Amino acid sequence: MARLPITKTPKVYVGGAFIRSESARVFPITGFAGEFFANIPQCTRKDLRNAVEAAAKAGPGWAKRTAYNRGQILYRLGEMIEARAGEMADAIMLGGATPAAAAREVAATVDRLIYYAGWTDKYEQVLGNVNPVAAPYFNFTVTEPMGIIGVIAPDEAPLLALISLIAPAITSGNTVVALASSTQPYPAILLGEMLATSDLPGGVVNLLTGFRKELISTFATHTHLRAISAVVNAEERKALALGAADSVKRTHLRKAEDKHDWLADSAQSLEAIRETLEFKTTWHPVGA
Amino acid sequence: MPTLTASKKSNRSAVRAGRPAPELILGDLWEFDPAPESADPKLKARYELFIDGKFVAPKGGRYFDSINPANEQKLAEIALAGPADVDAAYAAAQRAYDGVWGKLPGRERAKYLYRIARLLQDRAREFAVAETLDGGKPIKESRDFDVPMAAAHFFYHAGWADKLDYVAPGRKVAPLGVVGQVIPWNFPLLMCAWKLAPALAMGNTVVLKPAETTSITALKLAEIFQDAGLPPGVVNFVTGAGEVGAAVMNHPTPAKIAFTGSTEVGKIIMRGLAGTDKKMTMELGGKAANIVFDDAPIDQAVEGIVNGIFFNQGHVCCAGSRLLVQESVAAKVLAKLKNRIRTLRVGDPMDKNTDIGAINSREQLDKITRLVAAGVKEGGEMFQPACKLPAKGFYFRPTIFSGVSMSSRVAREEIFGPVLSILTFRTVDEAIEKANNTAYGLSAGVWTDKGSRILKMSTELKAGVVWANTYNKFDPTSPFGGYKESGFGREGGRQGLLDYCKLV
Amino acid sequence: MLARSPQAALQRLFDEVGSVDQIGVDERVAKYGTRSIKKASKIQGLKLAASMVDLTTLEGKDTPGKVASLCQKALAPHDPELGVPQVAAVCVYPAMVKHARRALGRDTAVRIASVATAFPSGQVPLKTRLAEVKAAVADGADEIDMVINRGAFLAGEFSEMQDEIAAVVQACGDATLKVILEVSELETYDNIRAASFLAMRVIRPGDFIKTSTGKTSLNATLGNNQVMLEAIRDFYLATGVAIAMKPAGGIRTAKQALTFLVAVKETLGDAWLNNRRYRFGASSLLNDLVRQLEKEKTGAYQAPYYFSEAAESY
Repeated sequence: MARLPITKTPKVYVGGAFIRSESARVFPITGFAGEFFANIPQCTRKDLRNAVEAAAKAGPGWAKRTAYNRGQILYRLGEMIEARAGEMADAIMLGGATPAAAAREVAATVDRLIYYAGWTDKYEQVLGNVNPVAAPYFNFTVTEPMGIIGVIAPDEAPLLALISLIAPAITSGNTVVALASSTQPYPAILLGEMLATSDLPGGVVNLLTGFRKELISTFATHTHLRAISAVVNAEERKALALGAADSVKRTHLRKAEDKHDWLADSAQSLEAIRETLEFKTTWHPVGA
Repeated sequence: MPTLTASKKSNRSAVRAGRPAPELILGDLWEFDPAPESADPKLKARYELFIDGKFVAPKGGRYFDSINPANEQKLAEIALAGPADVDAAYAAAQRAYDGVWGKLPGRERAKYLYRIARLLQDRAREFAVAETLDGGKPIKESRDFDVPMAAAHFFYHAGWADKLDYVAPGRKVAPLGVVGQVIPWNFPLLMCAWKLAPALAMGNTVVLKPAETTSITALKLAEIFQDAGLPPGVVNFVTGAGEVGAAVMNHPTPAKIAFTGSTEVGKIIMRGLAGTDKKMTMELGGKAANIVFDDAPIDQAVEGIVNGIFFNQGHVCCAGSRLLVQESVAAKVLAKLKNRIRTLRVGDPMDKNTDIGAINSREQLDKITRLVAAGVKEGGEMFQPACKLPAKGFYFRPTIFSGVSMSSRVAREEIFGPVLSILTFRTVDEAIEKANNTAYGLSAGVWTDKGSRILKMSTELKAGVVWANTYNKFDPTSPFGGYKESGFGREGGRQGLLDYCKLV
Repeated sequence: MLARSPQAALQRLFDEVGSVDQIGVDERVAKYGTRSIKKASKIQGLKLAASMVDLTTLEGKDTPGKVASLCQKALAPHDPELGVPQVAAVCVYPAMVKHARRALGRDTAVRIASVATAFPSGQVPLKTRLAEVKAAVADGADEIDMVINRGAFLAGEFSEMQDEIAAVVQACGDATLKVILEVSELETYDNIRAASFLAMRVIRPGDFIKTSTGKTSLNATLGNNQVMLEAIRDFYLATGVAIAMKPAGGIRTAKQALTFLVAVKETLGDAWLNNRRYRFGASSLLNDLVRQLEKEKTGAYQAPYYFSEAAESY
């Protein structure tokens, strides 16, 4: 008699731990042929709140890591995904991707992380500068991470798009609370396991699964989220912008209705890092 | 032989011997005569809208009065724009963008901006007088700060117009199109320059609404635009109060909105624009902490505290309105601060010796009065110098509250007036915690002799501008703007240009 | 040993008396220059400044005749109708004190100040310096302008510096002492503040601290004047002892003098707006003060040759 395999219970990665939704709700996902695959946590507003708490706790420590250290940790995350590329490709194929397309997406995800790993100790050199003020002062502009960034990933490219939104934010020391693709959440479940083994401190990236319509308003109005980086439809954009107004939150909302080529080089940029940075300018007199 | 310690001991005992504590007599033995600025502001009796390069009457035919807050006398009539006027302004801006300005090579745009800077310098004193009459700020400040700084902003940004390839490393930039801007009454001309110069340098065209109490210098600037030959429609001014501002902000034409004003109004604008995908810059309120450590150069810190809160009557979004003093020097700082405040001259803004002029409007005076009353009620210890105030006009004595708690209204709300709240702290961490314990994050000050502590504080303070051993310094090359609910986007410097372009 | 190094000694002193930010001081004093002094306040200020002048000649080529003419100018600066007050003092080398006394007589409000203590360097043995002070006082000097031992200060030998000042205090007897810090050789505002405190702790109420000899490249500026005024203020508020102030060298125009007086008014207040508490060490300043007073009276700008020559030619 064939051995019955042990199946994995999908859990989301929040605050460095693997948890079920506090609501104990799940939703089933199926394989491409329609067979039951697993139950996925259906995260709630409270889960989102808890994730923000975790991100807030992890933030100061992450931002204080040296840029060199953050770069190595992002690189390590790339190594972890590369090492489990086959498993990750299988997860992507659940959504109907061909083996070749899934492999391409995994490879591009690793490359994206390597791209941002290289930026950690360089973006500051390019974005900041000394300002020649017309007075006896030394004046310089540096960047700082904004804080906790809310990420809402599109349904397509369930791994690559998610990483393309998360990576530029954590490059500079932000922490992230991300909602994964609702239709293809499983790659995000796997990603959590890879994050856990990547040296990334717990709480820096918090991944939620569930439904946008249940969580958008909390993303919009939670005042501790200092920016939202999302791929969303017109109605969601309006809801996010309305909520953002209450706490003057920064929003970087890409249109879900536009075609995004996540594989292209244009999906990664210095500007994506800049979107979750603040500029700080310091003055000091030059005297004796 | 007397030694250092011996003489110190004898001095101490002299004070202990029951004599009254020595005090300075900051009196009027040598009083200054009035020194009124006499240059002609060349005001018109009536100011029209500036649309498509021409001064035009508002379609509704209505006007409102702009008064001098120093004596409540009418200065001029200002056109009240209606929705049709705002439409016309945006139509002109769009035509100018499509037809001329958007296509003009950067080096040619630069020449217009250089011209504007030069013409403004030519008429600097006239503009300073107009600014002081209309807004109430001391002539000393409009003459030495507002007007020269406005010219400097045009001059600085002019030079960027043909160097935009260097704004965003590795990327080409392009203008956004038409921009809608609304500015406040605290630095009327300077805010015009802050808003217009980067927008124009980048190749955008503009519809701008000045604050209703201070429209005059913007409309005088329009005269300079005419003299400079700026193509019609590149800049359009529509005047009026909040409903005109709303029409400018909510119009479908602009690709971008830039607003400087209160956080409250900023949030309303953001809500109004939700779902439009327009770019925004918000420069909003503040409640800055000015932090004095025990090793600070105290006299310069006191000067910085005074400059931080009493500059422009405290009508400054980045005013250092919360003084955090280390406990061990709190009494010393407070004593020195009181003596310094006693020498401030409050009164006629047109007098060259006036340090604190008129509050911008009765409405603002009422707000300050209300909040100060709340401060007294909450148990803060209030100090005001015994200066005489003019009988007519809107004035408020420089005011400090000591013994204030973090939860009191005067320590949390933006007063936008000459009112300072003083709190104390014991350790570096406590100072950081108190400084950051606010929804605002525009600016902060830190005073200490220790270099590494300055850099630590600068790193930890959640604010867009940190002044270390100085306060309220500005420069066109220096980006300005806030964290958190003080807004987003920067004005000035290379970073300021990023908010007026798209990457292509 | 590090703890005994001059730097360590200076640092301890800075910690005790407080530090000064140079740019902050320079910005503070720039504001004095924007005060607009008009009409009656201008006339009052010009006359006040004239009454504070220590009319000075300190040249190798000084003669009894030159000093006599200087004294004449001190007693009657101009046409009496203009109401220019007598100056506070004449300031001469020790060898000229007796000639000045002869020219001024005994019965005069104009005081004789003399720069004793091996002016301007101070680089002779203390014994010699004290002898010079005593000789000048014996010849009729009312006030002694001494130089501090800058070398001792910069080497952190503060008690040596203070002991020397205290010795000069003793040698002065009833004469008022003015302690010249020679600010250009101290270089920084921190040093100027610290040296001011060291000096003030060993001199008497009514004695002066003074910026400079006028013999180096940089003399009185609004900045070092401000640092010293603030030191005097802080010392007064802490001890009740009122020390007087004398900027010297480089103040040539009436406008400059008025700006210095604004600094006094706004830093120390009314109690220092008199010639017992504030002086100008200057030679050509007096004529410009008189010239501006004449202009205020007549409304016409005045040519320099209408005013008698003091110590320097225009």
